[in-house]
Amino acid sequence: MDVRAQISMVFHLDKCIGCHTCSIACKNIWTDRKGAEYMWWNNVETKPGTGYPTKWEDQEIYKGGWEKKPGGNARLKGAGKLRGLLNIFHNPHLPVIDDYYEPFTYKYLDLIESPAGDDQPTARPVSLITGKPMDIKMGPNWDDDLSGTPDYARQDPNLKDLSPAEQEAMFQLERMAFFYLPRICNHCLNPACVASCPSGAIYKRGEDGVVLINQKVCRAWRMCVTACPYKKSYFNWGTGKSEKCILCYPRLEAGYAPACMHSCVGRIRYLGVMLYDADSISEVVNNIEKDVDLVNQQLGMLLDPFSESVIKAAKENGISDSTLKAAQDSPVYKFVKEWGLALPLHPEFRTLPMLFYVPPLLPVMASLSAADHGEQAKKMDPAAKFWNDGWLYNTSTEELWGTIDQARFPLKYLASMFSAGDEEKIKAILKKLMAVRIYRRWKTVGDVNEEKAAAVLKDAGLTADTAEGIYYLTSLAKFDDRFVIPPAHREQAIEMLEFAGDTKGSVGFGFKEKPERGW
Amino acid sequence: MSWIEDVLSPQTRQWEEFYRNRFQHDRVYRSTHGVNCTGGCSWQIHVKEGIVVWETQQVDYPLLESSLPPYEPRGCQRGISFSWYLYSPLRIKYPLIRGALLDAYRAEKEKTGDALQAWENLQKDPEKRRQYQQARGKGGFRRASWDEALEIMAAANIYTAKKHGPDRVIGFSPIPAMSMLSYAAGSRFLQLFGGVNLSFYDWYCDLPNASPEIWGEQTDVCESADWYNSKFIAVMGANLNMTRTPDAHFFAEARHNGTKAVVFAPDFNQVAKYSDQWIPLHAGSDGAFWMAVTHVILKEFHYEKKTPYFLDYVKRYTDSPYLVEMVKEGDRYKPGRLVRANRIAKYKDVPNGDWKFLNIDAQSGKPVMPKGSVGHRWDKEQGNWNMKFEDGAGHQPYQPELSFLQQHDEVFQVEFTDFALNRKRLRGVPVRYLTTADGQKIPVATVYDLVMGQYGVARGLPGDYPNDYTDKDAAYTPAWQEIFTGMDAQTVIQFAREWAHTAEATEGKCMIIIGAGINHWYHNNLIYRAGIMALMLCGCVGRNGGGLNHYVGQEKLAPMDSWGTIAFAKDWVDAARLQQAPLWHYINTCQYRYDGYFHKYNITPENEWTRRHHADLIYKSVRMGWMPFYPQFNKNTLELCREAVENGATDDEAIKKYVLEKLKSKEIEYAAGNPDAPENFPRVWYIWRGNAIMGSMKGHEYLLKHYLGTHSNLIARDMEDQKTEEVKWHDIAPTGKMDLVVDLNFRMDSSALYSDIVLPAASWYEKADLNSTDLHSFIHPLSAAIAPVWESKTDWDIFKEIARVTGELAKKYFAGPQTDVIAAPLSHDSADEIAQPEVKDWYKGECEALPGKTMHKLIVVKRDYTRIYEQFITLGEKVRSKGLGAHGNHYQCEDAYDEMLASAHFPKEKLNGKALPSLKEDVWAANAVLHLSTLTNGVLNVRAYENAEKKTGLVLADLAEGSKDVRMTYAELQAQPRRYNTSPLWSGLMNNGRAYAPFTYNVERLVPWRTLTGRQHFYLDHEMYLAFGENLPTYKPSPKWEAYGDLRETLKNGEAKVLNCLTPHGKWHIHSTYMENLRMLTLSRGCEPCWISEADAQDLGIQDNDWVEVYNDHGVYCTRAVVSSRIPKGVCIVYHVPERTVGIPKSQVRGNRRAGGHNSFTRIHLKPNLLAGGYGQFSYHFNYWGPTAPNRDTHVVVKKMTRVEF
Repeated sequence: MDVRAQISMVFHLDKCIGCHTCSIACKNIWTDRKGAEYMWWNNVETKPGTGYPTKWEDQEIYKGGWEKKPGGNARLKGAGKLRGLLNIFHNPHLPVIDDYYEPFTYKYLDLIESPAGDDQPTARPVSLITGKPMDIKMGPNWDDDLSGTPDYARQDPNLKDLSPAEQEAMFQLERMAFFYLPRICNHCLNPACVASCPSGAIYKRGEDGVVLINQKVCRAWRMCVTACPYKKSYFNWGTGKSEKCILCYPRLEAGYAPACMHSCVGRIRYLGVMLYDADSISEVVNNIEKDVDLVNQQLGMLLDPFSESVIKAAKENGISDSTLKAAQDSPVYKFVKEWGLALPLHPEFRTLPMLFYVPPLLPVMASLSAADHGEQAKKMDPAAKFWNDGWLYNTSTEELWGTIDQARFPLKYLASMFSAGDEEKIKAILKKLMAVRIYRRWKTVGDVNEEKAAAVLKDAGLTADTAEGIYYLTSLAKFDDRFVIPPAHREQAIEMLEFAGDTKGSVGFGFKEKPERGW
Repeated sequence: MSWIEDVLSPQTRQWEEFYRNRFQHDRVYRSTHGVNCTGGCSWQIHVKEGIVVWETQQVDYPLLESSLPPYEPRGCQRGISFSWYLYSPLRIKYPLIRGALLDAYRAEKEKTGDALQAWENLQKDPEKRRQYQQARGKGGFRRASWDEALEIMAAANIYTAKKHGPDRVIGFSPIPAMSMLSYAAGSRFLQLFGGVNLSFYDWYCDLPNASPEIWGEQTDVCESADWYNSKFIAVMGANLNMTRTPDAHFFAEARHNGTKAVVFAPDFNQVAKYSDQWIPLHAGSDGAFWMAVTHVILKEFHYEKKTPYFLDYVKRYTDSPYLVEMVKEGDRYKPGRLVRANRIAKYKDVPNGDWKFLNIDAQSGKPVMPKGSVGHRWDKEQGNWNMKFEDGAGHQPYQPELSFLQQHDEVFQVEFTDFALNRKRLRGVPVRYLTTADGQKIPVATVYDLVMGQYGVARGLPGDYPNDYTDKDAAYTPAWQEIFTGMDAQTVIQFAREWAHTAEATEGKCMIIIGAGINHWYHNNLIYRAGIMALMLCGCVGRNGGGLNHYVGQEKLAPMDSWGTIAFAKDWVDAARLQQAPLWHYINTCQYRYDGYFHKYNITPENEWTRRHHADLIYKSVRMGWMPFYPQFNKNTLELCREAVENGATDDEAIKKYVLEKLKSKEIEYAAGNPDAPENFPRVWYIWRGNAIMGSMKGHEYLLKHYLGTHSNLIARDMEDQKTEEVKWHDIAPTGKMDLVVDLNFRMDSSALYSDIVLPAASWYEKADLNSTDLHSFIHPLSAAIAPVWESKTDWDIFKEIARVTGELAKKYFAGPQTDVIAAPLSHDSADEIAQPEVKDWYKGECEALPGKTMHKLIVVKRDYTRIYEQFITLGEKVRSKGLGAHGNHYQCEDAYDEMLASAHFPKEKLNGKALPSLKEDVWAANAVLHLSTLTNGVLNVRAYENAEKKTGLVLADLAEGSKDVRMTYAELQAQPRRYNTSPLWSGLMNNGRAYAPFTYNVERLVPWRTLTGRQHFYLDHEMYLAFGENLPTYKPSPKWEAYGDLRETLKNGEAKVLNCLTPHGKWHIHSTYMENLRMLTLSRGCEPCWISEADAQDLGIQDNDWVEVYNDHGVYCTRAVVSSRIPKGVCIVYHVPERTVGIPKSQVRGNRRAGGHNSFTRIHLKPNLLAGGYGQFSYHFNYWGPTAPNRDTHVVVKKMTRVEF
C-alpha cells in the first residue's frame, strides 16, 4: 500500500446557480493577461450544452484521455508520447481558437474621443488577437442557460445514447430542465496530461496531488492540450507555454481556499484531503475492462483515514499528522466515501479525476393536455390579452414531492456524465438526497409522518445520523466545514534547499521576470 | 516502484515561485459596490503596488441563530468583476464638456467677461441653445478643468434660481442604501438650494403598491436567512440565482431542510432549475392563479374546516371583521365605504371619529370601535394605538364577529364584477342593519363576508355562485383560471392544499418571494394583492419563514432616521422638494400626449373617474395635495415670496395666505396644468450614481426628443383625438426642455454620453461610505483602497465643490436671504393622513381651499445661497431642536448632538463663531449617521421605543435592552460588518440572532400597521378604489397590444408577428452597471441579446446569433438573437439594461440611425387609482406611494437585419 494524500473536491450541483463568480475570481488572479485571455481555468457550463471548448466531451473529435482495448493496457487515445513525437509538428486533434473563442474587447475609447458627428458613437468589438473589428461568434459561456438550443444543447454529446424521442422530450415544456456544471482541473490520479508531455514538464505534487505544468520546462508541444479529455490545459500564445489550473496552491499554502471555492456564493464547493493507494492506480486503469466498473474501483482506491493500517502506511510515506487530521475532517471524504453521494465526471476517460459531483435533483415532470380555449376566449374583455396556445399544463403530484422516477430528464443523461452509463448509481444518489429532504420535512413540519421518513431513509440506505450529517454539510456548513485545508508545512520543503531561518529574512527578494519562451 | 513518477529534485520545483509572486499583495481593504444592487456584500479589495488588482469576498459576517446557514460568502460574478472598471478605457479621468457647449459658452464668456451673463446669453438665444442641444450624444467631448466645469454649473444654478426658481434644478440618483452618503451628497446640495430630488423606487416600478395598500408600508421584507425558516416557498417574478445571487444558497439549503419550492415563470428560468414544481403560466397571468388558490383556501380551510389558526389570525390582524356599508344602486347592492365610528350614537363625538371604524362584538352583538385605527394614531390622547381587542372608547374587551353567516338580518344580492370575463354576478351576502346616530338604518357586511362573495365561496347562500371547482365561467374557481394561465385546475388545487396544510402545521411558514417579473406589469398591485390574500388568510404575514418578500430595488437604508435628515438637509431647511418621478416624467417628457385615454387599456367600470385623461387626474392630484409636482407654479417661488413681502406679508403665515389667494384666484398657475409652457420646463438636471437617461428611462426616446432636443428614433404621434381637458394642450410639443445636463460618473455610460458635462467620480473602491440592504441585517462600509484616480473626486466632494462655487457666485449675484414657498403633498406617517375623508376638489369650488387639509400644504422656508457651502459641511441645529425619526417614530437627541460638540471623536466647524459638528469629509458624515441612528446607537434606540410605548400603550422598550451599549463607528465597521439593533424604525424583531422578518413586531407586540384600521387590509375603500373596481382583490388581465398602443404606427401598413417583450433583470449586469464590463460581455454573448423561442425564430426566419431589430412606435434596439427552447412562444426577452454605448449598430428600420436600448421600445403607462392621497395609507411619501412606471406589457416586432453597419 503506497498511501498518498490528495487535495480533492466535491461540487454539489444541486446548489450550483451558474453565476460564474468562481470563473472570474480565477480569471482576475491568474489569467488576466496577454496570451491567457481566452483561458478559463474555471468555467461553468449549462447542461445540456456543448460547453467550452465546444463539444469537449466528444473524444471522437478531440481524442483526449485514455482508451483501453480488451485485454490491453490503457493508452493515451490521442497524443501518447510516442505517437505525439511522431506528430510533434502536427497535432490534428488540437482544439483551435474558434473551438474556445476568439477573445475580444471593444473600442471603448471611441466613446470619449470621437469627434463631434451627426450620430451617436458606439464601441465596436475588436479582436484581442488581431486588434481588428470582429464579429463575435463564440464565447467561453456561449450556450449559457440554454442559449442557442438548436445549435448547442441539442448537440450535447451526452445525448448520444438517448433515442430521438427522448432527446426531443428534453426540450419540451413537460420535461425541460437544465443544470450547471462548473469545471476546473480534476487533478487526476492518472493524469493524461502528465503522461503526454514530451518534455516531462508536468508533474503531480507529492504533498497535495496538485498537477502543475512547470513554466520553466514547458516547450509548448501542446500534447497536454490534446491529452486532457477535460480540455483543462491551455496554450498561452503570449508566453509560448501551456498553463492550467494550479488549484491556487499559493493560496492553499497560505491556508486560503482556492479563489474559485472561496468565492463560491452558491456554497456548492467542498475541499479536503483524500488518502489513496497509489499502488492500485495501474490496476484500476489497466485491468478494469468495463467502463461502468471504474467508479466503484476508483472509490475503492480511496482509503479510510481512520484505519490504523492506513495511518501507519501514511506515516511511513511521510504524510504528516496535520494532513492526516485534515483527511479525517475532510468533507470530501464524507460526501464521496461515507455517504456515496458524489461521482467523478466521465470516469470512462480513465484519468481518475479527483473532483466529484453530487448530481442535481430536477423538477418533477408535468403533463400537457390539449385544450380548446376558443369559446371561453370570446367571453373575455376586448382589451384583455389572450394567450392562444391551446394547452393545459399539469404539474400536480400525489404527494408533496414527486418521486425520482418522475424527475425531468431521463436518468440516462446524468448517467452518461457521472457513472459511465450506470443509471442505478445516479438513482441511488438522488434517492438519498430526496430521503434527507423527506426526513427533514418530518422533523421540521411533521406533515410527513415518522414511519414514512424512516422508510425512505431505510430504502435509500441511510440512518437518521447520516441524514443529519448530510443535512448539516449540505445546508448549514460554515466556511471551515467546507474547506479543510491541511497545513502546507512549507518549512519542510524549503529546508531541502536552504536553512528555513534564512528564508525568513530573504524571501521575496529576487528578480521578477516576465516568463518567456526558454525561461 | 509506485506508478507515479516522483519528482525527487527540489530544485525543479523552484519555478513554483512564479505563481506565488502573482498572489502576493500589499494590503486588503474592505469595501463594496455602491449602486442599485441589493446584495450589500462586503468585499476584500486587494492592492498590489498601488494598483487594485482583484477582489474576493469577505467571509466575516457575525453569525445568526445556530439553526441558520451563515452569510458567507456574499458577492457575485458582477461584483467580482468591478475592479476591471478602475483602469478601463471607459473610465472618466477628467471633467469632460461637449465641445458645442464649451465653445458657445467660452465665446459668450469672452464677450461678457462674466459667467452668469454668458449663461444667460446662451439661454436667451434659441439658435445657440438648439445647437448644443442637438449635439448631445454625438461625440465631441473635450477635457476641461474642474474650475471651468464648476463655473458653468454654478452659473446655470444661479441663473435658473433667479430666472425660473430653484425648483427647476432637478437631481436624480437611484436607491441610496448601497452608498448612502454618495446619494446624500447630491440630495443635500439640492435641498439646500431648493431644488428637486426625483424618486426612484416607483420610477423603476419596483415599489409594490400593494404594500402601502395593504400594510401602509413602503416595503418590508425578510432578510434572506429567513427564507431558510420557510417550509413552502413560492417564487414568482424573482429569478433568485440571477438577481439574488448571494442569497440564493438559502433557498437551495432550505430545500435540503425539507422545504417545498415552487417556481412560477413563463420561461424555464434559472431558479426553475431547482424547483420541485415549475409552473410555466402565461406571462403576467399569476394573479389569476392566486385568485383561484385563494378560492380553494377559503372554501376548504376557512369555510369547511374552519382552521382555528387561520380564523384567529384574520380576526386579530386583518380588517376582515370590519364593517362595510352596503350601497344600493338600482336593484342591486354594492359594497361601499368602511363604516365610520362616529356614524353611530355611541361614538358620535369621539375625536377623529371619521377615522375610527366598527366591528360587531361577538358576545353582545353590538357595534364596537376597535383601538389601533389611524384616528387613534393621531389622537391627542395617546396610548390607544394598539391591536388589543379593546373598545377604543371605554377599553372594554370584545371579540370581533368575523362573519354574519350565522346571524344576519338579511341576505343581499351583491354585485361582484369579473373584469376578465367581463361579467357581473349577483351573489348573496349576509348583512345586518346598524342604527346610525341620526336614526337611519344602514345595511352593513363584514369585509370577510364580502371576500367570500368576491371569491365565489357560496357557503349555502343563494346567488350566482360557482357550483364547484370545474365551473369555468365563475370567478375565481380553479377551472376559471385555466384560460388565463394555461395551468390545469388540478395544479391549482394541489398547490392550494399543500400551501394551507403547511401554513397550518407550521403556523404560517409559507412564503412568496416576488420581484420585478410580477411588479413590472401594469396591474402589478392586483397580482400582489392576489398573492398576499393567500398569505394573510393562512396567517403567514408577520411570521418567521412566512410573508411576501419582494426584492426589487427596495434596498433598505437601515439608519433611515438619522440619514434622512442629513440627506435632505432637514438640519437646515424644514421642508424638501421630493418628486414622484413616474408622473413627473410622464408629464415632462410629453409622454402623456402619446398616451390617450387609459380606460382603453385599463379595464374599469365606467364612471366620472375613469373617463378622464390620466394627465388631468395628475393635475387634480397635485392640487388636492395627493402628489407633488415641481416645478410648482408658473412663477418663480422666490419671486412670489418677495412679492408677498412687498405686498405687506410680514410673517410666514401671511406669505402662505398671499400665495393661497393667488392660487385661488388662478393668478398663478400650477406647472402641472401647463407643463409644456417654457416657463414650466425643468432646466438643470444633475445625475449621479445612476443611468437616468437609459437605464430606468421608460420612454427613453421621448426623453431624447423632449428633454434633450437631440435625435430620437420615436415615430409615435400625439393622440389628437384623446386630448387632455384640464391640462393645457399645446399644438406643438416642445423639444429640448433642459438647459444643462450634468452627469457624475466613473464610466462613460449611456447617460454620460448624452450629458453636457461629465464629471469624473470616484469609484466604490476610492471612497468612504455606508451600505445596508434588506437582504441581510448588517451595516458595513465602503472604504478607499486607493485615492480617487486621476482627477476624479468623491460624490461628497463634488457636490461640496458645486455648493462652494455656487455660493461664491451667489455672493456676487444673489446675495441676501431668500424666502421660498414649498407646495408639499399630504404626507404618510403624519396627521396629514387623516385630512380628506372624502374627495372634494377645492379648485372646482367643491369645498374651501385649506392648505394641509383640502389641498397640499404650503411651507415657507428660508434660504441663503451665499451660505450654502457652510450649511453643506455642518450639521445644523435643527437636529438638536427637532429630533429625528422616520416611519412615524421620533426621538429627541440633544444629548447626542451635544456629545458630538464635546467629544474629540467628532470634528467641528466654526460658523459665525459657533461650533457645529462637521460633515466636511465623507467619513465624518458617516460617523454622524451612525451616532444619531436608533439602529447604531442604543441609547437613542431605547428612547425611540419609550416614545412608541407612549403612543401605543404597549410594553416595547424591552426590545432594546440588549442594544443599550451599542455605539457603532465607521472604523468599527471597517474591521467587521455589524448587525444593527432591533429598532421601532422597522417592523421586524431580530433580537438574539433571530432572522429579520417583517411585521413580527406587529404580530407579536400588537403594534398596529400604519393603515386606516391599523390592520392589514383586505378591503380598500378610497373613492378611487371603488370607482376603479379595486376595492376588493380582483383580477385584471394584461392589456392586449392593440389597446396598449405600442404599435399604432409600426403596424399601420400591415400585420406582423407581435411579441410581448419582457425586460427582466439579467445575469450579466446590475441594471446597466457591469453591462459593458469586459468580463460580463465575455461570459455572455458580447452584447445584451434578444431571447426568442425556437418556434417564433423559425417563423421569423431567425437563427441563433443573427442580428435583429426589436422595435415599435417608440424606438428600436438592434442586437443579436438568442434562440432557445426555454423561451415560450409569443414572448421575447431583452434583459435590462443594455448600454447603447457598446456594439450597437445602426437601425435599418429607422433610416440608418444608431439604435438605442431596451427603453427605446417602452413608454410610460400609469394606473390612476394609485394617485389617491390624504387618506390613511393612501398618503404620499417619497418612494412610498404613487403610480409606478411599468414596462412588462410592452409589445414589439422582431425582424432579422440584412445589413449591419456601425
